[in-house]
Amino acid sequence: MIIGILKEQSDGEKRVALAPTSVLAACELGFKVQVELNAGVHAGFSNEDYIDCGASIVNTAEELVNSSEIVIKIRAPEDGSVSGTDEQNLLKPGQILISLIAPGQNPDLLSGLANKGVTALAMDAVPRISRAQKLDTLSSMANVAGYRAVVEAANHFGRFFTGQVTAAGKVPPAKVLVIGAGVAGLAAIGAASAMGAQVRAFDTRPEVKEQVESMGAEFLMLEFSEEGSGEGGYAKTMSEEFIAAEMALFAEQAREVDIIITTALIPGKPAPKLILADTARLMKAGSVIVDLAAEQGGNCELTRPNEIVTDEGLTIIGLTDLPSRMAAQSSTLFGNNVVHLLSDLSPDKNGKLNIDMGDEVIRGMTVVNGHEVTWPPPAPRLSAAPTAPAPESSPPVPPVLARKSSASGTLISLAVVVAAILGVGAVAPASFMGHFTVFVLAIFVGWQVIWNVTPALHTPLMSVTNAISGIIVIGALVQMGSSSATVIALAMVALFVASINIFGGFWVTQRMLRMFRKEQ
Amino acid sequence: MEYGMVSAAYIAASILFILSLGGLSNQESAQRGNLFGIAGMGLAIVATIAGSTPISLVLVLVVMAIGGTAGSVLASRVEMTAMPQLVAILHSFVGLAAVLVGFGSYLEAGTQFSGAEKIVHQIEIYLGVLIGALTFSGSIAAFGKLQGILSSKPLMIPGRHIVNILIGLACIWFGVEFVNADSISDGMTPLLFMTGLALIFGLHMVLAIGGADMPVVISMLNSYSGWAAAATGFMLANDLLIVTGALVGSSGAILSFIMCRAMNRRFISVILGGFGTPASSSSGPAIEGEATPISSSESAQLLSDAKSAVIVPGYGMAVAHAQQAVSELVNKLRDSGVEVRFAIHPVAGRMPGHMNVLLAEARVSYDIVLEMDEINADLPETDVVLVIGANDIVNPAAQEVPDSPIAGMPVLEVWKSKTCIVLKRSMATGYAGVDNPLFYRENTRMLFGDAKDSISAVLAEL
Repeated sequence: MIIGILKEQSDGEKRVALAPTSVLAACELGFKVQVELNAGVHAGFSNEDYIDCGASIVNTAEELVNSSEIVIKIRAPEDGSVSGTDEQNLLKPGQILISLIAPGQNPDLLSGLANKGVTALAMDAVPRISRAQKLDTLSSMANVAGYRAVVEAANHFGRFFTGQVTAAGKVPPAKVLVIGAGVAGLAAIGAASAMGAQVRAFDTRPEVKEQVESMGAEFLMLEFSEEGSGEGGYAKTMSEEFIAAEMALFAEQAREVDIIITTALIPGKPAPKLILADTARLMKAGSVIVDLAAEQGGNCELTRPNEIVTDEGLTIIGLTDLPSRMAAQSSTLFGNNVVHLLSDLSPDKNGKLNIDMGDEVIRGMTVVNGHEVTWPPPAPRLSAAPTAPAPESSPPVPPVLARKSSASGTLISLAVVVAAILGVGAVAPASFMGHFTVFVLAIFVGWQVIWNVTPALHTPLMSVTNAISGIIVIGALVQMGSSSATVIALAMVALFVASINIFGGFWVTQRMLRMFRKEQ
Repeated sequence: MEYGMVSAAYIAASILFILSLGGLSNQESAQRGNLFGIAGMGLAIVATIAGSTPISLVLVLVVMAIGGTAGSVLASRVEMTAMPQLVAILHSFVGLAAVLVGFGSYLEAGTQFSGAEKIVHQIEIYLGVLIGALTFSGSIAAFGKLQGILSSKPLMIPGRHIVNILIGLACIWFGVEFVNADSISDGMTPLLFMTGLALIFGLHMVLAIGGADMPVVISMLNSYSGWAAAATGFMLANDLLIVTGALVGSSGAILSFIMCRAMNRRFISVILGGFGTPASSSSGPAIEGEATPISSSESAQLLSDAKSAVIVPGYGMAVAHAQQAVSELVNKLRDSGVEVRFAIHPVAGRMPGHMNVLLAEARVSYDIVLEMDEINADLPETDVVLVIGANDIVNPAAQEVPDSPIAGMPVLEVWKSKTCIVLKRSMATGYAGVDNPLFYRENTRMLFGDAKDSISAVLAEL
């Protein structure tokens, strides 16, 4: 089938749906790819790059859509009001559209596509299950946004991130607070700590603590017991008491930190206002707030979407096009997600799409199928335990505890042993008890000694015990003095095999132990 | 030599044996420990020969020389991957010797004992032969399984528990007959019957145990060979044999205990066998998702980009003889500044400490070879984990799926690392027959193929 890559119309949108490398991958899957002239130029991909990767270049959007069976772009198709082309109008019945769609916010677009009979797969409606993560453009873009948020913050922050002691004096490290430890938050934590800042992070979901710490940040705990995990790896709205405690924490942090990056989103709702104007103004002059939730109204009261504003020496960055500002990276990641989708949709790699509505992931993404709006999808069914949700949200499963012997069990077995020894003592003759004493003490000594053996030497331990259990040779040696020929014959065989054991066991132990070496 | 002198030599030998085992507490003193063992053995043999009157000293020396040469040749030729087999076959020799000495002792006994002492002596012989025969046939079966002569699948005879119980009861009955026998020839019949039954029992017991439980089996047979020696000590009234046997017996018992704990299984359920049969595999939940394959060049890229890497070897590494290639890979990575360490699960391989020996053979420094408990906490900070031919010991189902057959088994938490590359021949299950959700994790990549070839290919790309 023929894939058409449209040039993005929207102002300031520099990304392109497929990078040349992804075009190459799509061609390998058996698709034919055509790209609108200059589609990748803002992302740094020339028309020649695309041609080199096997695509053909088409001059206009009309021509491209007309000759394609699958249309792929980043933003939802434009209606012509923003700029020149009415992309929605260009689409034809039977075509397949793959793009971001925001189906919840765009009911008109959905019904328009359904009227035309265009099948639409929304890259932003990927179910949040682990199998689908390779398709999840929201995660890819959040990752880029989180990184870029730090870059923007650094750009507007007048100091180093890393602490330095130089001949010219000492520089304190920047302190960064990241609110919300989703994909974007974790990416921001990673980027900020890589630049040398002291990073701390807050999230209402306590289970992300480990991930935050693994990225090199300190996790701020709220002494408050309320579980903040909602469905699909997002946080849910919290109670008033919790929010009050949270606000107090932010106010306290605002006095200390230089940079705040907020990433808190609750699906289908305006972003929660976490940094009130008063709180923001507690920050030192020169501080920066980057609000990644600006598109949904912002986490900070001072945020103005799409703008960088200053307020009493404080810079508040409300840019919503952060992924577009890293167009090459974003396009590559978006393209990879799309290629993964294409490869899932054409399992035979023959360049044919098969939209299987029985597949939970595909079902979730398909927002218009033929003439029918199929959004929202039915609630995801819970699959077997191993398919945990996205890693940034997977609730830790309490480990199944290993069996442990209880103290009472130890006492009971000790009592049994003592009783058994007493029992033997009651019936056995004196000569036996002497040997029995030696036996029990030797077991005890062995028990004490063997526990000290390092597990790395368990194999040599077995071979050396093997060798010394060849001590049974003594029995054979004694019997060699017998007057009975049968006994001597038996003893000779025993002597023979026990000798194999002694020599073989010690020799191989020595061989093994010589190999264990420490680095010089 | 005086009896007193012999006893003194025996005491010295006992102490040397204890020091020998104590020496194995760490790698630095281990070689010295082995030398203590050799010294103890030499002392004991010389003292015994000097204290007794063999019919021909030359004959004794010739037989020992032949046996010793055979043992030395065996020991110097054996490959480190075949250590479990060697240990198993050596166990069988101890068992055989115990049986032979037991019979000899019975034929010798004559009239030197009477009353209660006679009964005790008879019981000692009977038990010595019983344990010896069990060790002998069990070790032969274990050898067969490890060598691949016998199938490593558990042999499930219908009603096998009843068969075992019947054999046990018959052994007790023959035991009573044996003790009550008036003459040596009368007693010989039940003794022979019991020996036959014990041989069958040992064979059957090991055959019913699956390949994954081999570390327990080997440790258990190690323990039995010790008890066989101790029983021989009792029948000969020889304290050195008793001490040594008890040391070896408790050593094997501790190893069995450690191995069972590492699999979160009860000793008795291992012995009863039948683990890893298809019946248990179907109980695990089906896993959905797909495994992501990776090429050797991508693996090389991941490894060279990593700050820290951990290698988890399993039985697959031994089978593929990949330890040398792995060692080379490690050297190369360490030279380019990657921190590489090994994580060893207690039951990795077919005998306790198997992996450590293989890595030592490939000249991997032992201070980068860590145990599960030492390294599990570091895995979340590790960039790349390379799992080479291991399966059940890295299975997250042990922690996450309460009804999994391996639930509760301590495992290496490799899935917590940033990326986990699994080297594997195919998507087959491990010896426990349990599906491994690790392979379907988002941060897991599968590098299919023979472990040695794959590692060499990665090495070539670095």
